[in-house]
Parts: sequence; structure tokens; C-alpha cells
Amino acid sequence: MQETVAKFREKFSNQVIKSQEKSTRRQYIEFLPPDIPEAARFLFKDLNCRFATASGIDTPEGIEILYHFSDDHTGEVISLRTILTDKKDPQIHSIATIFPAAEWIEREIWELLGVKFIGHPNLKHLLLIDDWPEGKHPLRKKE
Amino acid sequence: MSHKVIVPIGPYHPLQEEPEFFRLYVEGEKVVDIDIVIGYMHRGIEELSEHKHFDQVAFLVERICGICSSSHPYAFVLAVEDILGGERNVVPERALYIRTIVDEMQRIHSHLLWLGLAGHFIGYNTVWMWAWKYREPLLECFEAICGNRNHYAMSKIGGVRRDIGEAHIPVLEKTLDELSRASDMFKGAVMDDPVIQARLKGVGVLTHKQAIDWGTVGPTARASGVNIDVRRDDPYGVYDRVSWNVILQKEGDVFAKTIVRILELYESISIIRQCLKKMPAGAIDADIKDIPAGEGIGRVEAPRGECFHYIRSDGTNRPLRHKIRAPSYMNVASNKVAAIGQTISDTTITLAAVDPCYCCTERVAVLDKVNDKKIMNGWDLIKLSQGKTKQVRESLSAKPE
Repeated sequence: MQETVAKFREKFSNQVIKSQEKSTRRQYIEFLPPDIPEAARFLFKDLNCRFATASGIDTPEGIEILYHFSDDHTGEVISLRTILTDKKDPQIHSIATIFPAAEWIEREIWELLGVKFIGHPNLKHLLLIDDWPEGKHPLRKKE
Repeated sequence: MSHKVIVPIGPYHPLQEEPEFFRLYVEGEKVVDIDIVIGYMHRGIEELSEHKHFDQVAFLVERICGICSSSHPYAFVLAVEDILGGERNVVPERALYIRTIVDEMQRIHSHLLWLGLAGHFIGYNTVWMWAWKYREPLLECFEAICGNRNHYAMSKIGGVRRDIGEAHIPVLEKTLDELSRASDMFKGAVMDDPVIQARLKGVGVLTHKQAIDWGTVGPTARASGVNIDVRRDDPYGVYDRVSWNVILQKEGDVFAKTIVRILELYESISIIRQCLKKMPAGAIDADIKDIPAGEGIGRVEAPRGECFHYIRSDGTNRPLRHKIRAPSYMNVASNKVAAIGQTISDTTITLAAVDPCYCCTERVAVLDKVNDKKIMNGWDLIKLSQGKTKQVRESLSAKPE
């Protein structure tokens, strides 16, 4: 484990639900949804990690979002995991207000999985057409 | 037909000759705002991938893009091998070298392709013809080694599909020699030409801070002084066993982006030469049968920057989720800041400088902010851009030395 991850875990020791080193240079750290913006801000602003992308997954437990940050000094990928258990109306605070790099991917997760990003500056369709029917989210699994 | 059509959803990969739409808002000559509309090439590859078995996915993601058709399958197999315990622990030595060689050959052909098109946009059609002429023998090498000029189908989980034969090596070495001479010529043509300098310096500047905030990757970030390169930071293949340099520039303008790509040609040539010398004999495939449950991330430095794949497996023969993030996804978004404040005639080359699709620039519409009326199309813009170069050339030659 590298210094960056150690610092990060120390700072958020009370909020981290689960932390795993799945392989060399791959860290997965789980948070509750309200803690994500603060954790993302700390990684980006204080630890100088680059925001690579985010991925949303429809799982039986809820909509899972992984925010992948790259620490380009150590070559580690630090993925923040959070699970939105309310699948009917999943909501989380936007991190696009902290860095614009997250703007597009949040729009994408919003339209494909139906996650509402609170505070997003421009939450509109990215890949789908503008008159895409409301409430249809193509990456949701069938119930 | 039922209205309940399932629309497959996947990644967007804006590369050469593919549609995007930029809506420029101008005041007089100056660009004040820009709308980037994408999604025209949305083919649902992420969703498709969940319905294919692991071996097929490598072929599928290769078709995301015909230019980086080594990067996507490579990043995908790295993600799967991350679940299996890491590339180094799974893949035979010789296959690591072959992967690296093909990856670097791809970078050379991609950078030459961009150089040619960039030349065309600013009215240097000779550069276009030259760049594509020297790219041709490399494509023939691809055909000899992989069986195809594009879509190489080399990476598979646990190794590569084809070996590089003894007979290929002298042909490839000869081509590299030619390319090395051609790179000298391009370097001279760009660095010593006062017209190109006057035309590209200070144009489309992406500052160091903007490059970081927008998460840009590859030559776009490196031209703004952001010192990142997945090949060095998170090495895969044999990049940590050969010596090479990460090319950096500080200025962040189109000229800096051009220099980064030209100088990277030399590094790629050097990497391939070292690999050909060091490549050991042996197996090229570990013959992997089953993929266990788990999740993995694979990333490679594609010609345009970091290509990122995330795989989750539930132990069946198909991925449960496959997230793909192509480098242009980050770089194109940064045009939102790089293009603002430019004149209209500089927009074409600014938008093209991140090496996205060029077709997109043909779809540019210039709007009069007051009347919201279309006043220009893409071809008008290329003409305008070429016209400006002509003016710069004339004004420079008119000046006494």
C-alpha cells in the first residue's frame, strides 16, 4: 500500500465502510453516499489524484457507483465505492461541482441508470436523444 | 412492431471521421461559448459486451475504434488479467514483448495520421500527403504480422494470437529506419517553419490547471505540462524494461501538442527496436480457460491518452459489467475551455488538436448569437483556416529579414 492511500484512509478512518486491496495498485474503498463528495475533494485537491472516470452498476443491493481516481505518482487506481439502496429514486451529490472532469460521466450515469446527481450544473442527455422517454434507463437490469 | 425496443447502450468513442457536433457561439470573430453534442456514434458496446463471452469481447472492443484497435482489446485483457492475478503473473514473456511492439506500432501510425490531417486543416497538404505516405509501409508491416492493416486481433486473455516471425523482423526494422528519417523531416518541417509557428503558437491554449481540472490525458495533457503517462506510471507489457522518455511541453497550445506527438514518434521507434532485440523465445499464450468472479481495472496509454476498462465478473463466461472510457471522452470535453476566446479561423485546428474525430469539425456550425442563425459550415471553416495560413505566410514573406 502506498503513502497516498494510507493518508486517505487515515483522514477518513471513521467514514470508510470497507477497504480492499484487490491486486497490486488497485484499491477499492467503500463509503456511504453522503461522504463521497468530501472524499473525492480530498483525493483530487489534497492528494493530487486525477479523476479517471466513474462507473455505475445495477446490482440487486442497489445502484452501485465506483469513482475511479488515478494516483499518477504511484500508478495506483483508487476506486471509491458507494451503493444507493433506493433503486426507485437513487440520488447522490454531484462531484462535477468540484472538478468539471466529472460533468460528462455524471450525465451519462443519470441517463443510463437513472441516478440523480444533486447540484450538477447541467444535468441533461449526453449520449441519448433529448426526447428520450422519461424513466427508461437502458443499463438497468430487468427485475 | 412493439414500441418496447431495447436500445443498447455503450461507450462513445469520438475518433476520426465520426460524428460529433460543436455549436459555436460567436461575437464578431470571437468564440464566446461552445456546445459539444455527442452521442451520434453511440452503439451500445458496454451492453453488448455483457452478452458476449470473454473471448468474443476482445473482438468487440477492438471495433470501438479502427485507429486504436490495439489499445481497447489490450486494456480489456489487462482488466481480466487483473482479476486473474496481474498480466505479469499470467502472460508468457514473449507475449508481453509482442503486445508492446504492436501497441507502439499503433501509436506511430496514429500520430502520423493526425499529423497529416492537422497539416491539411492549416493548408499544408504536402504534410498530409507525406505523413500518410510514410504511414503506408507501417500498415503493410501490420498486415504481415497480424494479417490485417487495421483491427489486429492480437491481444487475447493470457497472451497474443500470433507470433512475430523471424522473417518479419528485418522488414519491420527497415520500415523503422525509414520512419526515423521521415520523423527528422517532419520535425524540421514543423519546428523550422515560421508560418506554422505563427499559425499554431498561442492558439487553443489549455493551461496546466485546466488540463488537470478537466481530467485530460495523453498528448493533450502532456502538452500542458501534466506529467502523466500510463506506460510509465502503471507499467504494463515491457515498458519498464526498455528505456524511453515521457515527452512534455509547457505551453498547452496547438504547437506544443504537435511537438509532443512528433517527438513521441522517436520514442516509439526506439521502444520497438529495443523490444525486437530483447524479445525471448517461448510460448505466446497461457491458454486461460475460466475467469473467476471478481473485478478488475485495465488501462493502457492509447495514442490519445489513458484508455480505461473496468470489468466485473460473476464467475460465468460473460462479464457482468464492462465500463469503457476512451481517452477522447476526457479530451473532447476540454474543448469547452480551449476553444473559447479564439477566432473562428483558429477553432478548426483547436478542436482537431486533441486528435478527436475530424468529421466533427465538418459538422461545426457557426451561429450568430443575436439571430441564432447558421452562418457557416465545416468546409467554410477549413477554407477560412487555410486562408489564414496563406495570409500569415504572405505577411511573413513581406517582412524584410
